[in-house]
Parts: sequence; C-alpha cells; structure tokens
Amino acid sequence: MRKGEITKVSGPLVVAKGMTGSKMYDVVRVSEERLVGEIIELSGDTASIQVYEETSGIGPGEPVYMTDHPLFVELGPGLIESIFDGIQRPLDIIRDQTGDNISRGIEIPALERDIKWHFKPLVKKGDMVKPGDIIGEVKETVLVIHKIMVPHNIEGKIKTIKQGEFLVTDNICEVETKNGIVSLTMLQRWPVRQPRPYKERLAPTVLLSTGQRVIDTFFPIAKGGTACCPGPFGSGKTVIQHQLAKWAEAEIIVYIGCGERGNEMTDVLMEFPELKDPLSGEPLMKRTVLIANTSNMPVAAREASVYTGITIAEYFRDMGYSVAVMADSTSRWAEAMREISGRLEEMPGEEGYPAYLSAKVSSFYERAGRVKAIGIPERLGALSVIGAVSPPGGDLSDPVVQATLRVVKVFWSLEDKLAYQRHFPAISWLNSYSLYIDDVGEELNKKIAKDFTDLSKEAMRLLEQEAELQEIVRLIGVDALSPEDRLILEGARSIREDFLHQNAFHEIDTHTSLKKQYLMLSACLFNYNKAKDALARGAVFSDIIKMEVREKIARMRYLPESEIDRIDKIKDEIVKEFDRLIKGEKIQEKKEEVEQDKQEQKEKVEETAVESKEKKKINGTKESREEK
Amino acid sequence: MIKEYSSILNVAGPLLLVEGVQDVKYEELVEIYTGSGEKKRGRVLEVDKDKALVQIFEGSTGIDVKNCRVRFLARTLHIGVSADMLGRIFDGLGRPKDEGPEIIPEAILDINGAPINPTARNYPNEFIQTGISSIDGINTLVRGQKLPIFSGSGLPHNRLAAQIIRQSKVLGGKEEFAVVFGAMGITFEEANFFIQDFTKSGALERVVLFLNLADDPAIERVSTPRVAFTVAEYLAFEKGLHILVVLSDMTNYAEALREISAARKEIPGRRGYPGYLYTDLASVYERSGRIKDKKGSITLIPILSMPEDDKTHPIPDLTGYITEGQIILSRSLYRKKISPPIDVQQSLSRLKDKGIGKGKTREDHADLFNQLIACYARGKEAAELSVILGEAALSDLDKIYLKFSQAFEEKYILQGEDEDRTIEQTLDLGWELLRQVPRTEMKRVREEYLQRYYDKE
Repeated sequence: MRKGEITKVSGPLVVAKGMTGSKMYDVVRVSEERLVGEIIELSGDTASIQVYEETSGIGPGEPVYMTDHPLFVELGPGLIESIFDGIQRPLDIIRDQTGDNISRGIEIPALERDIKWHFKPLVKKGDMVKPGDIIGEVKETVLVIHKIMVPHNIEGKIKTIKQGEFLVTDNICEVETKNGIVSLTMLQRWPVRQPRPYKERLAPTVLLSTGQRVIDTFFPIAKGGTACCPGPFGSGKTVIQHQLAKWAEAEIIVYIGCGERGNEMTDVLMEFPELKDPLSGEPLMKRTVLIANTSNMPVAAREASVYTGITIAEYFRDMGYSVAVMADSTSRWAEAMREISGRLEEMPGEEGYPAYLSAKVSSFYERAGRVKAIGIPERLGALSVIGAVSPPGGDLSDPVVQATLRVVKVFWSLEDKLAYQRHFPAISWLNSYSLYIDDVGEELNKKIAKDFTDLSKEAMRLLEQEAELQEIVRLIGVDALSPEDRLILEGARSIREDFLHQNAFHEIDTHTSLKKQYLMLSACLFNYNKAKDALARGAVFSDIIKMEVREKIARMRYLPESEIDRIDKIKDEIVKEFDRLIKGEKIQEKKEEVEQDKQEQKEKVEETAVESKEKKKINGTKESREEK
Repeated sequence: MIKEYSSILNVAGPLLLVEGVQDVKYEELVEIYTGSGEKKRGRVLEVDKDKALVQIFEGSTGIDVKNCRVRFLARTLHIGVSADMLGRIFDGLGRPKDEGPEIIPEAILDINGAPINPTARNYPNEFIQTGISSIDGINTLVRGQKLPIFSGSGLPHNRLAAQIIRQSKVLGGKEEFAVVFGAMGITFEEANFFIQDFTKSGALERVVLFLNLADDPAIERVSTPRVAFTVAEYLAFEKGLHILVVLSDMTNYAEALREISAARKEIPGRRGYPGYLYTDLASVYERSGRIKDKKGSITLIPILSMPEDDKTHPIPDLTGYITEGQIILSRSLYRKKISPPIDVQQSLSRLKDKGIGKGKTREDHADLFNQLIACYARGKEAAELSVILGEAALSDLDKIYLKFSQAFEEKYILQGEDEDRTIEQTLDLGWELLRQVPRTEMKRVREEYLQRYYDKE
C-alpha cells in the first residue's frame, strides 16, 4: 500500500507529504492507528486531509496510507433497522466489540457479513440485463422487500443465477459482459458525494401525508419534495422531525442525526421498535435507517453524515420506494464545513462560512425528487428531504437559513413565541409557506372532500384577519371591536387551539388522518359560520362564547380514528344549540321582563319591610333610653 | 523518550511556539521551566513540521525566549482518579488545593474522555424531585439530563443551584449520590457560598470541588470542566454513583476559549468566539447521561450568565442547542420579589415527557402542566394589554386569566429557599390555582383527569 508522511496536525485537519498519485476525495488511513480521513485539498505532493476521528496523539512523521478509492457506502440487505455513524460504521456492532465509548481506528464493515438472506431471483438464465435492472429480491423486514439491482457499468447476458440463502458477499449471479464474465453479489458500493443516476425526473405532485394537521392542511409537502424547518432552540424542530419520521406516509425513512444530542438518538432507538406504523401496523423501526453522528463525535464525520444518509436513501428510491430523509440539523453540517474551511485557511464568506456554502446546500437538496428509476421493470421512486436548520438566536438572516430557503419549496417557520405559549407544533401560520399546495390540493379535493382546499383557505383567511385585528386590540382594546370582529377572533382562536395545536405526546392526538383533519376543520368553521349567523339574527356575543358545544369541539382531537363520524354529530349539536340560543333568547327576554316586574315588586315589599324595621329600631332605642 | 528543548521561537499571549522539535504529537502535554525554575504546564495545539504551538495553562508570565526549557511528556493530559476524591478540593487542573494528602490514583484517565456510543445510552427517564414547584411541575428534571441555568449578573442562580443540590432526590429510592462541582473563573465569595452551603447541609463529604477562581490562570479553565467530567465519569460508571455535575460559570469558560482562538489568529465566528464553540461545548456537555447496564448516572447543571440578559448571545444560544432544555431566570420576576425567579414560559425541559406521568409522578402531570402554561401565557397576554389600556378594557375571561397569572406567580413560582415541596403538593397546588378558571377553558386536560382532580373538593 502506498503511503505518505504527516507534516502537520491541527485538530481534525492533517497535512501529509509524499501523496503523489492520490485524487481529491480519496479515503486515506492516517497513522498506525488507521484513522479514517478524506483528501480535501491537493497541492504538489502534499494533501490536506480531514480526519473523521479524534487526532490527539498523532504527530508529524507518522504514515498516511492511501486507499485509492473515494468515500463510499455499502448498499445491500441489512441496511434497514441499522444505526450507523457518519461514515457508515455500525454503532451497535462497535459497541459489542469495543464497549460503551467509541474508540479510534475501528474497521468494521457496514453490513453484517455473517447473516444469510433468502435471495429470490426474478430473471432467468439467458436474459439480457442492463444497469438498474432488478435481478431478484430479498425480504429484508416485514415491511421492506429489498430489490437487488444490476450495478452501474454492468451490462450483458445472465449466465447463472442462484436461489437460496446467501451472505451479502456471496456470488448470486454471473453476467456475461463484453469484457468477460462478472459475478454479482447482493452488496454494492457507491461513492457518497456522487448522486445516483435516474432515467427521468418528474414534478412532485403527490402528497406526502404526515398526520400533522398544520402541515397536511396548510403547508403540505409532496413526495419527492424538499422542506426545511428553521427555528431557535426549544421551538420543537427535533419533535417535528421525529413526528415526521414516525408518521410520514413513506416506505423508507432515513433519519440523520447530524451533530445533535446523543439522547435524541437514544430516544429514536428506544421508541421506534415499539411504535406501530399506522398503515401497516408493524414497528416503525422495520422501515428505518438511522445515521447518528452526535455533537460530541468527530466533527469531520458530521460533514460526511448527510451524504451517507442521502446516498442510502437514493438507493432505496431506485428500488421504487417513497423515501423520506430527515436531516437534523443541517446547521451542524454547515458548521462542520466552516470548521474545516477555517483550518484550511480559506477566505471566508458570510459569518465565517465558506464561500461554497450555498452551492453545497443546494446540491444536497437537489438530490431529492420524484424520479423514474433506470432499469426494468419500470418504477417510480421518490426521495423527500426535510432539513432542520438551527440558526443562532433563531435569526432567519443566518447564511445557512438563507441558502436553504433559496432551494426548498416548503418552509415551516418555527417561532419561539408560540413555543412559550406551548402551542405545538410551533409552526407559524403567517410566515410559513408551501409551494406544493396547488398540486397537492387538487389531489386532496379529489380524494378526501370536494371543499378541502376551500376550507383550508377560509381558515387561513380567518387567521390572517385575526392577526390584523390583534394589532387593533393591542392599541385600543378588545372592547373597541364590533361583535362581528370579536367573533372572528373567537373563530381564529378555535382554529388555533382546536385544530392547529397538536400534542405529539398524546397517544391519539399525535397522528390525525386526512379524513379526520377535514372533519375537524369543517366542524370548527361550521361552528364559526353558525355563530356569525346567530349574531346576525340577534344573538348576544357573550352567550355565543359560553356555548357548551365548544368543549366538544375542543375534544374532537382525542376521538380515535374509528369514531370520527361522531364529529358530524357534533355539527348537529352545534345546530341544535344555536337554535336553542336564538329561540331561547326570545323566551329569556320575556322571562327577564317578568322577573324584572317581580323584582320591582319584591323591592317594594322589602323597602316597606326595611322601613318598618327601622321604625322598630328607632322605637327600640327610644324604649331603651327611656328604661335608662 | 522525553525530550527537552530550549528553542522557543516566540511567545504571544498564552501561546508558545517551539521550533526544531521532533516526534511531537497533537494534544501532547508539555512542561515549561522558566529561568527562575518555575514549572508551568501546557499542551500542544498544532504541530507543523518541526514547529509546535503550545498553549500554556498558567499564562505566559515569566517566560522568556532564551532561558526557558520546554519538555514534551509524550502523553496527553491525564488525571489520576479515585473514590477518595470525594470531600476534597482541587484546582482547575485537578491538583489538591486543600490541606489533604496527594490522591493515590485508582485509575489514570485521559481528560478528553471518549464519546459515548449512542447505542449504549439509556434514555433518561427517572424523575428527580428538586422540591421546587416551577422545576418539578413545569420543567421536570430527570436523571442523566443536562439542564443549564441561564442567568444574568445579580440574579440568584447560585442560590437556586444550591437549593437543587440540597433538595434533589429520587422518589422511593435511597441511592448513593455525589456532586462534582467545577468552578471556572467565579469569585472567591461565590465559591465560598457553595462550600458554606455544602458544609451546613453536611453534603461536603459527598462533593468533589474543582476550583479555578477569578484570579487563577484563565487558560486553565479550558481544562477544568474536562477534569471534572473525567472524575464524574469514573464515579458514575465505574463506582455506580449518581453524580450531579454543576459547572459555573460557562461564560468564563467560553471566554478563555476565545482568548486562545484570538491568540492563534483564527477566523472568528459570532462575537469573536471561535467557529468550533458549538463542537467544543458539546464535547463537554455530551459527557453526561446514562449508560445501559451501568448503575450510575451523570446529571449536568451548567450555570451561565447571559451577557446583557441576551438569550441569543452565542454562549447561551449554542448551549441551548446542546442541552436538553434550559432554566431561564427572569429579572422582571426578581424585581417583583418572586424568587426563585424562574421564567416558566421560556424555560423548558425536553426530557420531562418521559420522566413524568403514571408511576413516575402522577397520571395528570402532563395535561396539568400544559394547561397551567397555556393559562399563564394567556394571563400574561392579558397583563400586557391591561398595562396599555387599563384593566377595565379586558373581557371578563381575560380578567380571570389575569388574576390566575398573578396567583400563579405568587403561590406557585414564589417559594422559600428552605421550602421543599413534594411532587404531590406541587401538582395539587396547580389544580387549586386552575380552579379559578372556568372548566370550559380546560382544553388541554383529558375529561377523566378533570373529573378526578379539577372537580375534587
């Protein structure tokens, strides 16, 4: 193995000389500890290397071994249910081998080599195959059928193909190509920094339902779309990411914990095997791949982790699955870039970030999309990317946020003001947007109800009106508003509290089907419109807001999916109660008149009584005086 | 082989550049002998060919280019640890500062530790009762959590921390606990306050103190939390103790880091702090937690003073992104004589959801605190309005909320320094306050709990 020699060590950056013949982004092994590194700059025979492991104790004079291949991931059966670090080393196996803390220089293959998978061929001897063609499949988990595709650059006639139990490294198939016979395994490799190819890209127009009311109804994301959720700490970014990983209607989830808390990954690891997917009823872990590079793990591996994650996601997309990638948080990824860039003494752009920040961010998000995969049979796959951004102080002018907003199509703006009121998810309904809403809306109108988008527009209008009215209230008080305007405030409040607010930790409220979302929203608006009606017909505002049915509306969220038709009954109750209110008012008015008369009479009686008492008193005192 | 050099090229701030060195490793420990025979310690920050950049812990006073000798020790900074360290006082680098004897180490450990494998972590979910309503009820602390106190100058964060240390216990269990206290750049008075408090409550023998006071070398501070954590890890994961680590004040730590970064002429990030501040803080904070199949745990309470009470300042900001929540102290509450002045709206414990509920605190806890916060938030809104327009302009409901929020501050948040409320007391107090608000407003509480707790009496 060719080797160079270290001349400089500065944190995660190592410079080595004698590196002639190595290429950019080649993987190297640093020192006798064999730390993993990647070449990020070449100049003459010296190479700058970012090292994916802690470099303390390393010094000049030690060797650097060249491997002549770029950083790649291993693709094949065994990916699902795994937890990897930023450069795809399996953390659970590392723990078995080296204990509770991560030591250095570990070389463990990403996919377990001693598990046998049942391979079922789908092509036969003599078939012509091209790259991307599916030659067979493996049932990886109850939810995932892992399709084995012909690797790129291989084309020819199947010479042999086997069926049975195999290791990922066993030969399962031989292909006669122009350059001789090539044997295939279930295991493939792909360089992480290179997007996997596809045949054709399609517009993302199909809804990726998430079970989160504010997202699905107001700011939906499409399959193959991109979204970001920037927000200050404590605004619930991670909870949203977890919620999406749990309930998004995707077949595969790749969750990248990039420079975030260790306990959050533990949370996912402990919770996902227990939680049931609402569609299949199987544990969520059976469709999840985890990449964990927590904040205290080496910074350079954090930079690689998002690429590792998205490459695995692309691989499943090519099988024809709908894949969703959660990246939490892309700011930590950008910071890792900044740190390496600083050590390379590059000229910084904004806030010390490298000048190529936005190019890197946009090319990452651009790997999302709905595509027609190459190879036969023909299949459509989608890769949706949802990135969390953690801007310092929640300031949206942060370069990472701005770079992200330029490329993503859905923006969920998380606000700490809402979080302080414990309004979760703290997605601002005024600032957020979704550019998929038109395409997706049509689908919803067809699938769920004709007036789905009309309702969501009406609700949004109400919320906007509320914001305007709030400004007036802040200046001159709520009493200055007309009853109609106050009703708007009440209607908007109902939408906020009874619909938008959703408790992620409540067993039923955590996920709401589209049908239930529609029913809930329509009940809220129905109530508002009835109230508006009643007001016009002479009902008193203070009576309307005291109505009992309001409590029922507030409790709709806790209705299990099997009982959602009860929401229609709530509508009946709304009608009845308003009827009572309007009719009752007339009776009450009469009653009041009668009562008033009675009261007046009473008062008269009382007055006379008091008078007589007082007289007695006076008399009494007189008597007592006289006694004295 | 240990080598000694006298080839110092230059000295600038806390940094020393030595040339002509051989076989020097990154992060290697260094001893510097000045002309007068004084010994200082340092570590290698960068090696470039035959030049080594050394950071001096004790500051560069007394170092000259000619007569100084630099010795590279061929190892990184290690510390000897032992269970006998309990009850002792050390300096910021772990050398005994009290009258006691040298520690006979049971193990010698690298102060940088190694990151915990995420698969080895056990999720923190054991409720710690601090006896403080605004923490137990609203921002519940659990074992293995990292929950910082964001404070400002003049606010009683030390008293709050001392009260937490004094009162903390786990329900239904008598387990061994200990405190590791790391002081970075705090004044003698502040350190003395804690020592006095520990002595008074008899806790001193369960405490390991690492003191780097305001007049101690600033650069040493960078190592203090790491030394403290090395001891904490040993006691927790080898000796099975439940450790509470208190670090005060992280702002001084970050400033020391900035000083080194500036001396190295690195490209600064926000407000002059180095771009790797997040990573650096994380390498400290993330050492806390619980590990599967290990008895002990490390719970971390770092204290930091926010410059100008600004939560978006890089230190509190980055801390908030790493820790699992934050306790924020509010100056306006403190002015109203509400103490501890915990701003329950801005404070947050991210791990509370797993640490509360049936079998841990009580079944109604989650719904109750959601409702309390929602009502309090609405009351505060009403209060804001009433400042502008007068109370008369409020609707009847808003008036109720306003009264609620005042009662909440005066009865729930306000609490004596020696008042140790059980979780039942805290929860019942919450319901008592909520009864001021109409039942129809209890949107965040399940009907069964309303019947069981709201309708009681």
